[in-house]
Amino acid sequence: MSAATAPVTDPPPPAPAPLPAALKKAVRRRRLVPYLLLLAGVAWLLVFFVAPMVYQASTSVQTGTLEDGFKVTWHFATYWHALDAYWPHFLRSLVYAGIATVLCLLIGYPLAYTIAFRAGRWRNLALILVIAPFFTSFLIRTLAWETILADQSPVVSFLNDIHLLDLTSSIGVTQGDRVLATPLAVVCGLTYNFLPFMILPLYSSLERVDGRLHEASGDLYATPFTTFRKVTFPLSMPGVVAGTLLTFIPASGDYINAELLGSTNQQMIGNVIESQFLRVLDYPTAAALSFILMAVILGIVTVYVRRAGTEELV
Amino acid sequence: MSPIRWLRKHLVVIAGVITLAYLILPNVVVLVFSFNKPKSRFNYTWNEFSTDAWQHPCSVAGMCGSLTLSLKIAVLATVGATVLGTLTAFALARYRFSGRAATNMLIFLPMAMPEVVMGASLGTLFLNMRIRFGFWTILIAHIMFCLSFVVTAVKARVMSMDPRLEQAAQDLYATPVQTFLRITLPLAAPGIAAGALLSFALSFDDYIITSFNAGNSVTFPMFVWGSAQRGTPVQVNVIGTAMFVIAVLLVLAGQLIGGRGRRRARA
Repeated sequence: MSAATAPVTDPPPPAPAPLPAALKKAVRRRRLVPYLLLLAGVAWLLVFFVAPMVYQASTSVQTGTLEDGFKVTWHFATYWHALDAYWPHFLRSLVYAGIATVLCLLIGYPLAYTIAFRAGRWRNLALILVIAPFFTSFLIRTLAWETILADQSPVVSFLNDIHLLDLTSSIGVTQGDRVLATPLAVVCGLTYNFLPFMILPLYSSLERVDGRLHEASGDLYATPFTTFRKVTFPLSMPGVVAGTLLTFIPASGDYINAELLGSTNQQMIGNVIESQFLRVLDYPTAAALSFILMAVILGIVTVYVRRAGTEELV
Repeated sequence: MSPIRWLRKHLVVIAGVITLAYLILPNVVVLVFSFNKPKSRFNYTWNEFSTDAWQHPCSVAGMCGSLTLSLKIAVLATVGATVLGTLTAFALARYRFSGRAATNMLIFLPMAMPEVVMGASLGTLFLNMRIRFGFWTILIAHIMFCLSFVVTAVKARVMSMDPRLEQAAQDLYATPVQTFLRITLPLAAPGIAAGALLSFALSFDDYIITSFNAGNSVTFPMFVWGSAQRGTPVQVNVIGTAMFVIAVLLVLAGQLIGGRGRRRARA
């Protein structure tokens, strides 16, 4: 075919005219450029992110002991044992992370809204104040919550005085007159720690909302609340989706809050993976637990994104 | 205006300010308790004002060593992740090539993965490759999880840049190197800086992934974690406060310089 149609040695079929050799070389080199740019970064992720995941998958179906070494035996029972023994931890992680995410949305939205529409010249300062706590280490701030929620702290005695703790302990989220080492403390810590991850995406999508839409909505006799429900909130939906994911995913894998603010009754799945890996040295179980956690999160996220993306956002 | 109407009008702002207070509260506690002289090992209850901890911040065994290690790793991880991430971001933002969607997915996944899963996986790999845990394994892990954040920050910036500026430079006979150094790089700089800053903060603060890959090395978050079991020394609060103050000052300085630059550009 090339002999009949093209007199030049071997041009690429779709090429309209034969390119001079130097130009051809330049084009080929240019086509290589993105791959050369990608090479190091992608290689790093393939070797230190993807390969460990694949390896972890094989570890989860291995059996053996630390002394004799582990062998791949396609022992899927590890998964059943792991689920059977630790399903309460999975459930607790998802429930705590879910509640913390909803709380973050409820608490974070007014602040993001205030910064985007009402802060005026205070906007930059407010943004700095949202990000600044980040710079004091995560652990140090969580330890500060240990102080704030300690049994004799002013906050806890105040909550006790207004009888709020009676209410919370009657629904089982606190115990008697203490807050530390209860589910409330862990959820409070999670909410606090992941709040900026909710506020920043919310802010960046609210900031893009045109203020004139509010005026237009007001001109059409919408109450401020209707304006919010029909205009502002739907337009901020990308921020809501991004914020809830950025909060829910790390919160469900977190074990720092459960460890520092909770007791053994509030342990989350992260605590179990950590102790299986670093203390019990049962690597197959730790791997199986990681994979179940990953699968559950991916499943929830997929369903959530699909629903939030396609359904009517009212 | 009646107080009730005022309250209704400003309800959102009030809620926002309360949230801001909630965010800052732990930092205030850290600051206050850095001036405490605790009665026992546990620095949980207020006892007595003292500046001891501020005068001798390094008197706690192992703390300043762990701080140095964390700083070293954070600097190197930032450099590594920023270089690799910037190259990757340029490829993704500027070129159409096969495998682009897969690469975007590969960049997204580490950000969507719970840290405990990544930490345990990488730890298992190192363990089985019989690689000794320590400085290098921590550094590798940190570059791995910072990379995606740099790519995302730089990519967003590069995508929003006007390609006509570079074409204009080339029309004015700038060489590719000149175009890159004098036009492309300065324009992309804010994105690169944001990515680098984020890497530094993430690396310096990471506990979960580090704990799976550190072996006997102790980074600052690991020191704090260990000390939480035995009673955290007051000096930890001093470091926490200092970090907060330095960061706020740096951000304010950046704002000031950025603001002046913008004003000059307008003038």
